[in-house]
Amino acid sequence: MATVEEAQGTATLEARSVSWDRVWRYALLILGAVIFIFPLLFMVMSSLKPDAQLLADTANLRAFLPVGDISLDNYFGAFRRAPVATFIFNSVLVTAVTVVLSLFVCSLAAFAFVFLKWRGRDIVLAVIIATLIVPFETIAIPMLIVVNNLPWISSDGLTLGWLNSYRVQIVPFIADGLTIFLFAQFFKDMPRELIEACRVEGATWFQIYRKVVMPLSGPVLATGAILKFLAMYNQYLWPLMVTQDEGYRPVMVGLQYFFQLNPVWGEIMAYLSVITVPVLAFYLFLQRAFIASIASTGVKG
Amino acid sequence: MAATPTRLLSSNRAGWAMAAPAVGLILLFIIVPFALAFGFSFTNQRLFSPNPTQWVGTANFQQLLGVSTLTLEPERDASGAVVLDDDGQPKYPRLRSYTRNNPDYPHLQGKQEWFSFGWGDSRVFVLASDVVFMKALRNTFLFVLVVAPLQGGLALLLAVMTNQKLKGINFFRTVYFMPVVVSIVVVSLLWRFIYDGDNGLLNNVLGWLTFGAFEPVDWLGNPSTALPAIIAMSIWQAVGFHMVIWLAGLQSISPTLYEAANIEGASRWQAFRYVTWPGLRNTAVLVLIVITMQAFALFAQIDVMTKGGPVDSTQTMVFQAVERGYRKQDIAAGSVISVVLFLIVLTISLVQGYLTREKK
Repeated sequence: MATVEEAQGTATLEARSVSWDRVWRYALLILGAVIFIFPLLFMVMSSLKPDAQLLADTANLRAFLPVGDISLDNYFGAFRRAPVATFIFNSVLVTAVTVVLSLFVCSLAAFAFVFLKWRGRDIVLAVIIATLIVPFETIAIPMLIVVNNLPWISSDGLTLGWLNSYRVQIVPFIADGLTIFLFAQFFKDMPRELIEACRVEGATWFQIYRKVVMPLSGPVLATGAILKFLAMYNQYLWPLMVTQDEGYRPVMVGLQYFFQLNPVWGEIMAYLSVITVPVLAFYLFLQRAFIASIASTGVKG
Repeated sequence: MAATPTRLLSSNRAGWAMAAPAVGLILLFIIVPFALAFGFSFTNQRLFSPNPTQWVGTANFQQLLGVSTLTLEPERDASGAVVLDDDGQPKYPRLRSYTRNNPDYPHLQGKQEWFSFGWGDSRVFVLASDVVFMKALRNTFLFVLVVAPLQGGLALLLAVMTNQKLKGINFFRTVYFMPVVVSIVVVSLLWRFIYDGDNGLLNNVLGWLTFGAFEPVDWLGNPSTALPAIIAMSIWQAVGFHMVIWLAGLQSISPTLYEAANIEGASRWQAFRYVTWPGLRNTAVLVLIVITMQAFALFAQIDVMTKGGPVDSTQTMVFQAVERGYRKQDIAAGSVISVVLFLIVLTISLVQGYLTREKK
């Protein structure tokens, strides 16, 4: 009898310690979640409040709750203060065009590096990989000189200088070493026999690229698109330097408007929410793809 | 592969044609600007200038990096006692008498005090020709040296936490990664509000946690807390990114190794130390390199939050490069900082590459 009781005793003890263990694990996880979520929650909740209440609420938990004098006034105020719709349009246009062109140009190059043999291939690939350690910030200033001296053909004939345009925000970011590298890593695992068989059948290289390789490249296209999307939409330094004309400015540069003449914190929070919440929603919708894409840069690297 | 006729795979024309768009763009927008940065750093190039650009040799580098020391004895009165100033500190000869047109000290011409320290009775003054850049250099290194291990370590902690087999664990992973998709510009602005000295959320939370004992701090307005505040925020924003990379590493470790460790009676810490950590070696190298690179490029946080202040306590290399190269339109001055930054990053990647290859 005694042994049975003892056994039961240790069993409940174990069960209890296991459940305490679980409580601790969850407590730690929840603490982390609070740290990561609350600043963002504060941003969205503050955007709904007039400044006086917004400031008073920071003293207690109301800062994170939609309580008190709640309205969308700050959003209307933000749209009145700055051409917010233009900024959003510019950001979406620049980001979308760059992502599409980048995926095309980089995958095409990676195809050539992986499946074809051509003179100079290895050295060109080595140089492209080497560019990965050049921080963009170190070349931004001379790049300003480059784009300032590039020609462009428009209805006015031949013009010089790309400042204040969409192309100056798009073209320099189409080709990058990381995207080429990601595609090349992915292509390397594809069966070469398949490519060779198509070649024997008489398909051109471009047909193989378009009809065989690309349809199999869903995961790497998603990875490339997500990484490029985040980098482009969140760009700050470059558009700050090349867009003096507000007609071409993207959302991040547009923030400056909210600090001129009596800044209203509620409006700032409203603008931050407008440019951030859609991205967060997009992320939450596709979170597995986002996380998988970041993870894939790590495993292959 | 050996049986495959090589002519099937070799095609100079198609290969070049398909690679050409990317190669051309990288050449024009990465390699040319990169080469220009090197070239400009030896000239007095400006963005718009009526005067022709001149070759100035290494003058820009000397101006940027010039550092000297000067050891001074305290002044003594007729009796040989040290003269004290109003604050009761020993009085030293004025530095200006050495750095302005003093023919005995030509190498100190135009230099200014960076910092000084006591050395016995005398005091060593470290003088730099570009004190602001020296502070930027110091802050950048400080940022990298704190952020790389701290962010890497916290990311690993989060990865281990979210690699548990618990209900709803995916929710926590998703939440921890959330700030990564938010622009650092947005994050910086938001945290300016959190760090505010009067109505800041952080002061209120700390006051609440300590039952009012905490004295409010103007986090970004105080030279001793501004850089740490920016460090904490930067980690908050980016740690989820590296958590995901660690997670991928953790999940690539075979579960049979943990079963074996369990059978051997290993503690949780021993399992981490002898199974997990060795399995994460390559991931660790990658995480460290990526964080280091990103940390050296510190710019947006500074531009949005402090503009380098207060009293240059948050100056960084990239912020100074942009400040001079773009805002003051002094391309040469910006380029020379870029070149120094690139050489530092290159050295570090070569050292990291060498160290990791040695141990394999």
